[in-house]
Amino acid sequence: MMQGEILLEIKGLKKYFNLGHGRVLKAVDNINLKIKKGETLGLVGESGCGKSTAGRTIVRLYEPTEGSLIFEGEDITGLSGSRLKPFRRKLQMIFQDPYASLNPRMTVGDIIGEALDIHKLARGAGRQERIVELLRLVGLNPEHANRFPHEFSGGQRQRVGIARALAVEPQLIVCDEPISALDVSIQAQVVNLLKELQNRLGLTYLFIAHDLSMVQYISDRVAVMYLGQVVELADSLELYAKPLHPYTKALMSAIPVADPDEAAKRERVALQGDTSGAIDPVPGCRFQPRCPVAKEICRQQEPEYREVKERHFVACHLVV
Amino acid sequence: MRPILEIKNLQVAFDTYAGEVKAVRGVSYTVNPGEAVAVVGESGCGKSVTAQTVMGLIPSPPGRVVAGQILFDGQDLLNFTERQMQGVRGNQIGMIFQDPMTSLNPTMTVGRQIAEGLRKHQSLPADQALEQAKEMLKMVGIPHPDRRLNQYPHEFSGGMRQRAMIATALACRPKLLIADEPTTALDVTIQDQIIDLMRNLQRQLGMAIVLITHDLGVVAGLCSRVVVMYAGQIMEAGPVREIYYRTQHPYTRGLLASVPKTGKERKPLVSIPGTPPDLFSPPPGCPFAPRCSHAMKVCGQLVPQEQEVSPGHRVACWLTHPLAQYRKQEVAG
Amino acid sequence: MNLTPEMFEPVQSGAGSAEIITRPGTTYWQDAWRRLKQNRLAMAGLITIGIMLVMALTGPYLSGYTYSQQDLTMVNQPPGAKYWLGADALGRDLFTRLWYGARISLLVGVVTSLITLVVGVFYGGISGFAGGKVDEIMMRIVEILWAIPFLLYVILLMVVLGPGLKTIFIALGAVYWMGMARIVRGEILSLKEREYVLAARVLGAGSWRILWRHLIPNAMGPIIIQMTLAIPEAIFTEAFLSFLGLGVSAPMASLGVLASTGMEGIRSYPWQIFFPATLITITMLAFNFLGDGLRDALDPRMRK
Repeated sequence: MMQGEILLEIKGLKKYFNLGHGRVLKAVDNINLKIKKGETLGLVGESGCGKSTAGRTIVRLYEPTEGSLIFEGEDITGLSGSRLKPFRRKLQMIFQDPYASLNPRMTVGDIIGEALDIHKLARGAGRQERIVELLRLVGLNPEHANRFPHEFSGGQRQRVGIARALAVEPQLIVCDEPISALDVSIQAQVVNLLKELQNRLGLTYLFIAHDLSMVQYISDRVAVMYLGQVVELADSLELYAKPLHPYTKALMSAIPVADPDEAAKRERVALQGDTSGAIDPVPGCRFQPRCPVAKEICRQQEPEYREVKERHFVACHLVV
Repeated sequence: MRPILEIKNLQVAFDTYAGEVKAVRGVSYTVNPGEAVAVVGESGCGKSVTAQTVMGLIPSPPGRVVAGQILFDGQDLLNFTERQMQGVRGNQIGMIFQDPMTSLNPTMTVGRQIAEGLRKHQSLPADQALEQAKEMLKMVGIPHPDRRLNQYPHEFSGGMRQRAMIATALACRPKLLIADEPTTALDVTIQDQIIDLMRNLQRQLGMAIVLITHDLGVVAGLCSRVVVMYAGQIMEAGPVREIYYRTQHPYTRGLLASVPKTGKERKPLVSIPGTPPDLFSPPPGCPFAPRCSHAMKVCGQLVPQEQEVSPGHRVACWLTHPLAQYRKQEVAG
Repeated sequence: MNLTPEMFEPVQSGAGSAEIITRPGTTYWQDAWRRLKQNRLAMAGLITIGIMLVMALTGPYLSGYTYSQQDLTMVNQPPGAKYWLGADALGRDLFTRLWYGARISLLVGVVTSLITLVVGVFYGGISGFAGGKVDEIMMRIVEILWAIPFLLYVILLMVVLGPGLKTIFIALGAVYWMGMARIVRGEILSLKEREYVLAARVLGAGSWRILWRHLIPNAMGPIIIQMTLAIPEAIFTEAFLSFLGLGVSAPMASLGVLASTGMEGIRSYPWQIFFPATLITITMLAFNFLGDGLRDALDPRMRK
């Protein structure tokens, strides 16, 4: 559906953490993604699959171990200091924990205003006006500018975090589990706000979450991650209708259904155990120990990530 | 059948520097033996405070029970001394929490923690208690219980820890299990496993469950009745199918609409605007009125009385009033 | 109230009205002050410190004698109408000397605490913020310095700089900054992983902005507690040094010097040691009570 130009290309991105004693955590292990202008790309997986590390590496909070990030045709991987700063304006992030992502000693006005100060976007009365404008944009009142974060509810704080990211007029926002710490009713509020802002401001999102249902709702395309790698990528409706990877199928079947009759009769793909860390991944397919349909080949050979039908990528031996 | 738990007109308040915060404002619900009841609402609605009051875990001061009764097996727990409550907690009522890491002791092996309750409440000798702890670990689906018994909580993964906590809570075979947001901190896959486990254990042990959650999605497959709370009051309560298929209260409707439906096509997600009121100064009338899209003049003035719309299905909303009938059709349509 | 059909007319419900914050606004410091006020012991400490400050400033002028003025006919006078707290072996007014001593002692405490603040926050802040190798080297240095016996420092400094108030400041400052540096480093290390710091980095904030706008303000609680607790420690150490003859030189006096001289006549003129010793004790208690109170008031975990 989306044929636009590519805003950010992630090429062979790897992020390893050295844990000492010769142990290496391969949090992100060779992911390749293209994010198109104006789309929302969802990135889902269980905790520990490296999705947050991927997000943080993309906004350059972490130095990638290998690979490159190409933003609007320019390689930003090696940039730092004043050469990186212009890109900071274009690439913003919204964080998971609305309680930890706002400095408790600063007023909401100053939190939003700091973004303006850093990039010298507005001063004096203009700064004040812009803060009010941003607060309105996310559905808060101008009077909120003088309040401190602890006086707000979780959903309100998350909106302050969105206003802060929007202050520098970014093109791409990495949303790192922005809703998983919120009540379901407030999740819907924040997701709808993000959608509305996208339509109004032409934003592009990388939406990271563990909840497949919300991701599917907001995303145009969804990438499923397992232990540092992308195992499946497809348009969101296609992914729901025809998931190919057994892991995606399992994730899908675990989504709670808010309907007693359907909940009683639905079939579930039970997934054994949980993700064991990415420190010493098993040989072959990484999902193989938990896979209900694993075959001999899965234990021996790492599956290739390939396009099995148009715009639908998967890394699994058993998909033909 | 006598209910195992009967909460009658419970009112709990907290004294803060800025004044009294009325966290629970007249809540009544019952739980029958062997039945799973969900208490649903956004954070700050008083659902957890109610449960903690049942367990006698409200810090006092600043908290205090203003009025009401909590009948457990016919006895009012509010009259119990701390010593008597200790005999109830972990023995007749088990409780599990959102974050297993804060409720498991990091310096004690998981086996000893499970055995501790058995030794205390059932005066079992140490070896027998450990033997039974192993049985419990097996029952909650932890592989290699022999080895796991001697491990510490930090050696368990998130999902395994939650299972270990369930084992601790159920060791003495309580008649009632209170689960306070047991899956909120977990991945969807693990959440699914834990809910499944609770459903199996409920059938196996015949215990009653009070599931406290903000997510109507996890309720559907486990509970037979639902209590919807908002701002310290019950908005709607009834059998699960009544709540999902014959929703009466606009708040419940809003909660249901905010759960995304995965389907062939994308339906717009409806969210409830605004934020729950601060119970330091709750609005007059219906507390939901400021966020309600069907609010009428009366909603801002008078608190709606609870009405029974069908057997066991209670609603506190002015839309059920005869004078509002024409409005109600509009809402439903 | 009668219900009328008119009351069932729909009204415009705005989401805006549900976003209003009804609670009065409080800042972190207002909140901390409110909690501190509830702590009786801490408030008693604070009031005592206030009285002592006033007396240390005005006390030496109340009796009409100066701290060095001698009257050899009045040697070792017991407390009375002429000398409120008696006179010492050189016939000097003990009341004046007591408050003069308190002034010096408090000065030592406050100056040491300020040196500690500046050096400790700077050193610890950089160490914690830089992290990695820099942090490791800076902390090793602290550990090595920590291992050097304290008296050795002081005696060396006395030899190099000569005895006096300045030497005391430098000696005490040189010791106590390390505790502050360690606390600040620990705080910064944990704070710098907070999401609001990450958010500032994503916005492109420079290191100084992050350190001064985000990290230090959030570490202020422990810093203030450490400062408050460093004051009585410094006062006590100074008294101890004076007792050994390593303190301020005559005719200046600190509480320690007074106690030390009073010690000589403890059998015949017990009041000469009683008053300075009591004042030292009260000072220590007052600051420690205040410090403990601040710890409770500023601890974010106690926040409700």
